[in-house]
Amino acid sequence: MFNNNPFSNLAEIVSPLAMQGFLIAMVGLVILGTLIDILHKKNVKYFFDNAKKAKKNAEIELSATKRTSVILKTVAHDIATTAELGRGKRRVAHVMGMYGTIIFWACSAILIFTYSKAGIETPTSITTLWHAGAILTCLGGYWFWFFLRVDVLAEAHPWYRIIKADLFVLALLACATFGLAWSYTQSSGMIKLNYLFLVLFIVANLVLFGGVYWSKFAHMFYKPGAAIQKNLAEADGSRDNLPPPAEAKEQFGLGIKREQPKHY
Amino acid sequence: MSTFVYMTRCDGCGHCVDICPSDIMHIDETIRRAKNIEPNFCWECYSCVKACPNHAIDVRGYADFAPMGHSVRVRREEEKGTISWRIKFRNGTEKNFVSPITTKPWGKFIPKLADEDSPNQGEINSQRLYTEPNGLNIDGDLPTINKETFKKGVYY
Repeated sequence: MFNNNPFSNLAEIVSPLAMQGFLIAMVGLVILGTLIDILHKKNVKYFFDNAKKAKKNAEIELSATKRTSVILKTVAHDIATTAELGRGKRRVAHVMGMYGTIIFWACSAILIFTYSKAGIETPTSITTLWHAGAILTCLGGYWFWFFLRVDVLAEAHPWYRIIKADLFVLALLACATFGLAWSYTQSSGMIKLNYLFLVLFIVANLVLFGGVYWSKFAHMFYKPGAAIQKNLAEADGSRDNLPPPAEAKEQFGLGIKREQPKHY
Repeated sequence: MSTFVYMTRCDGCGHCVDICPSDIMHIDETIRRAKNIEPNFCWECYSCVKACPNHAIDVRGYADFAPMGHSVRVRREEEKGTISWRIKFRNGTEKNFVSPITTKPWGKFIPKLADEDSPNQGEINSQRLYTEPNGLNIDGDLPTINKETFKKGVYY
């Protein structure tokens, strides 16, 4: 199964051009959904207004070098390791899901654009990575869905309660799960099930990429922006009106360590 | 006054939901971020503001009395055991305070009243409260102010 390139086998019934067109259409849907989201929620206006406010309250004028350094540090720490989630299971699950998804999507693009034509042998490293990405997405996503979701952990709702905020995570999990099932049934020769999971995989992709405006999909663009703005505000002293870190020795610390929010 | 949440900072961890004594901090069903579902019932205890690990919660004043442009924000640093406050007034005055965190862990340091001696009539009639003055780390009597020094009327 891990050596199977499901897209090259699919090329027997669907032309590689159609697959490439579908992928480009999905990218277009993401751009369109995000733009409509920006227009409707006015979040870009909010970011710029906030940046102006921070500049007005700044105590230090940041040089271009310092700004670049803060942005690079934010990318390497806050964004690449989702540091805002603190140390704990939520962060591990999010990192698994995030990198799993990136690998899954990147490998899908490589497989569709480079190795979907007949007669071209697919390197096993790419197919293995495609499957590993999907598995990683499933592990992080289902861990989050069943145990770590704030609705379940802090609000004590049952795991099967579905709300609008679940559209993104459920569509993403459906994509990864049906993608794996499609590849497995294809490599095992289960023809009817293979077509069923292919249709479900396509539908899950349409919901995921077509539902950007209604789902939390765009958080992957806004959250990095918010992290950069937060760290720039810390560096220039405006700090969103927050007090500076206390000049105290770490001598009283963690006698009152933060506990899991589940005292419902 | 009531709390509100900066959506760009909130990561939906649920600490405010957990700690709110009025049970009015909940998770939004569309974006899975915290929100105050009943601002009228918020008594400005600042529990959620202090509990938020991302400093995503702030408190707004009613427009008819709160000076515009004011700000009261807090940074809780568990690793140092400190809690810092920054208060900004409309006229630009700024005050900063740093104090030790005095929050007790859940379920600990609850007085075991059943194991204590019953108070006598003198202790019941006294103005001292339970564990005073030892609980205040004061030796001897409570501090007092001579009433003769008080001025008449309301003064500030």
